[in-house]
Amino acid sequence: MTATPPSRPVNTGRRPGISMEAAVQRRARLAEEMRVAKMVRRLVTPEGAAIRLKLASASERAGAFMIDIAIQWAIVIATLLGLNFVIGALSPGSANLAFAFWLVFFFFVRNFYYIFFEIGQRAATPGKRILGLRVASRDGGRLTANSVLARNFIREIEIGLPFQFALMGGDQFGAWMALFGLLWSGVFLLFPIFNRDKMRVGDLIAGTWVIKAPRAKLMDDITSTAARPDNSLRFAFTPAQTEAYGIHELHVLEDVLRQSTPEIKAQVATRIRAKINWVRTEGETDLLFLEAYYAALRRRLEQRILLGERKSDKFDVR
Amino acid sequence: MTDLLKSYRFREERQSDWKRLDLILTRAENGGVKSLTDEQMLALPRLYRQAVSSLSVARSISLDQNVISYLESLCTRAYFFVYGARTTLGERMMQFLRRDWPAAVSQSVWTTLLAAFFFFGGWALAFFLCLQDMEWFWTFHGQNFFDGRNPDATVEYLRSTIYTDERTTGDGELTAFSSFLFNNNAQIALFAFALGFAFGIPTAWLLVYNGVMIGSLYAVFWDKGLGYEFTGWLMIHGVTELFAIVLAGAAGFAIGGAVAFPGGRTRLASARAAGQKAATMAMGCVLMLIIAALLEGFGRQLINSDTVRYAVAGGTLVVWLVYFYVPRKAPDA
Repeated sequence: MTATPPSRPVNTGRRPGISMEAAVQRRARLAEEMRVAKMVRRLVTPEGAAIRLKLASASERAGAFMIDIAIQWAIVIATLLGLNFVIGALSPGSANLAFAFWLVFFFFVRNFYYIFFEIGQRAATPGKRILGLRVASRDGGRLTANSVLARNFIREIEIGLPFQFALMGGDQFGAWMALFGLLWSGVFLLFPIFNRDKMRVGDLIAGTWVIKAPRAKLMDDITSTAARPDNSLRFAFTPAQTEAYGIHELHVLEDVLRQSTPEIKAQVATRIRAKINWVRTEGETDLLFLEAYYAALRRRLEQRILLGERKSDKFDVR
Repeated sequence: MTDLLKSYRFREERQSDWKRLDLILTRAENGGVKSLTDEQMLALPRLYRQAVSSLSVARSISLDQNVISYLESLCTRAYFFVYGARTTLGERMMQFLRRDWPAAVSQSVWTTLLAAFFFFGGWALAFFLCLQDMEWFWTFHGQNFFDGRNPDATVEYLRSTIYTDERTTGDGELTAFSSFLFNNNAQIALFAFALGFAFGIPTAWLLVYNGVMIGSLYAVFWDKGLGYEFTGWLMIHGVTELFAIVLAGAAGFAIGGAVAFPGGRTRLASARAAGQKAATMAMGCVLMLIIAALLEGFGRQLINSDTVRYAVAGGTLVVWLVYFYVPRKAPDA
């Protein structure tokens, strides 16, 4: 698998008739798109189809780790309290035995919590599952148990080492040593920030990376309501009206229709009506208008795609 | 304008199959492969291929973001399931014990020797320095260490630490102590492995340091004429424990070597190949340390005869050497 971000041709040149403010906004949007595209890796399956894998960002990784740490501590403390209760009920001599058990248990929770979950079918700890992440092999092959072991045993120097240095103190010499050690081990801790693939040292050794694997839901197609005969008769847009926007605006409109409040829908409808000079007819609601316009716009843009023209946004006049 | 969009018709025709694949995957992810019926298993490859081809068509004809992101997520999940590992945890463990672990160890003879050199070098250094001048012991250990097992202790006291006296120690105390030692040793072993990434230098230091600790203690007992007895006390579990520490160091060196000297491969590929092997060894070390802790917690306290202790030590050494290094027939595929 080739690990290169797909290059997307973007046209950043200024067009005549674009206001200064709009141009700045557009450039910011394109920069954001480039940034997102940098986190995408193409995986070509044996069938020859390309799947786009989105890498998890460093902050998502840190978030998942925080959740996992919290769960680990909850387990350890709950066991300690449980054992305490049991010891109270049993003879006093069993305290040592219980402590021995707890120590070994602590070791396994500390080191094998991640391994246990990542070896499973979902290849993700509870923290990663909550944030929709999973571990995957960097070459697109299967994630082996050895990789999972390697990436998690390495955690010892990424988290354990800086932590130990941070707790170390003592006299002046000791404090300097601790500071030096903290800086040195901080390199391991902050490793994911400094490489393109957001790998931690463990990922590098194990040949893995962490990708986003969210569960998406298939929602109804918006054009299904607009296609009803009464609607399509009422909303007959002229070709010029459907040329007003591009793909970016279509996607924004889709987001508005799928998840925003009625107030926002009303504002958007007003702006579109003004832009395309649409006169509001009798009995026309904002929602119906937006759905009908979405359908007409998508039809127009999809036709143009079939002819090989991607109108990326409203400034893209061809 | 009453006709439907092409992309909508495309989706209408296929979405029941997508949803079926979604359902199968959800079941498989929650309950494992066993929760799927035969019919579902047979349908899976076809549905997967169809979803993948739907995705590439949808990307080129549809502007419905929701459909494309849904298909992307579906195909990603299906890909990882179809091409993912299908072995159970039990099978993986058996494969680890029967093949992976001994193979990883026997392929790392040179790094093992290097790790042994550092560890026993530290041991020998401390041992001879302490025999020359017992002041060295205090340099190595600081003032209060090893509950009075230091050069000032009497021969009788030292002898009493080697053999278990029924009256003085409770059973639970020893178990607690050996589990503490296991915890400590296993964490050191994993540290030795992980520190290998820094070109193996901290691993070498960790090995020398642990060698010095044991070597200086050894000198104390040797000096008092208890060398033979102490060796039995140490080696009944020490063969397994020290072997494990050396192997963990070897795993660290394997990683450090691969990162520092990748040879013909890229640094990433080299680190990856070494990492897989070294992680297997580190996992094995944890198992060895569990066995060592059992030998220490129970074997050493129950067996008070030097001869039997030596026999157990020799026996475990032979078992480990045979297990790791005797070539075995490749399993029939």
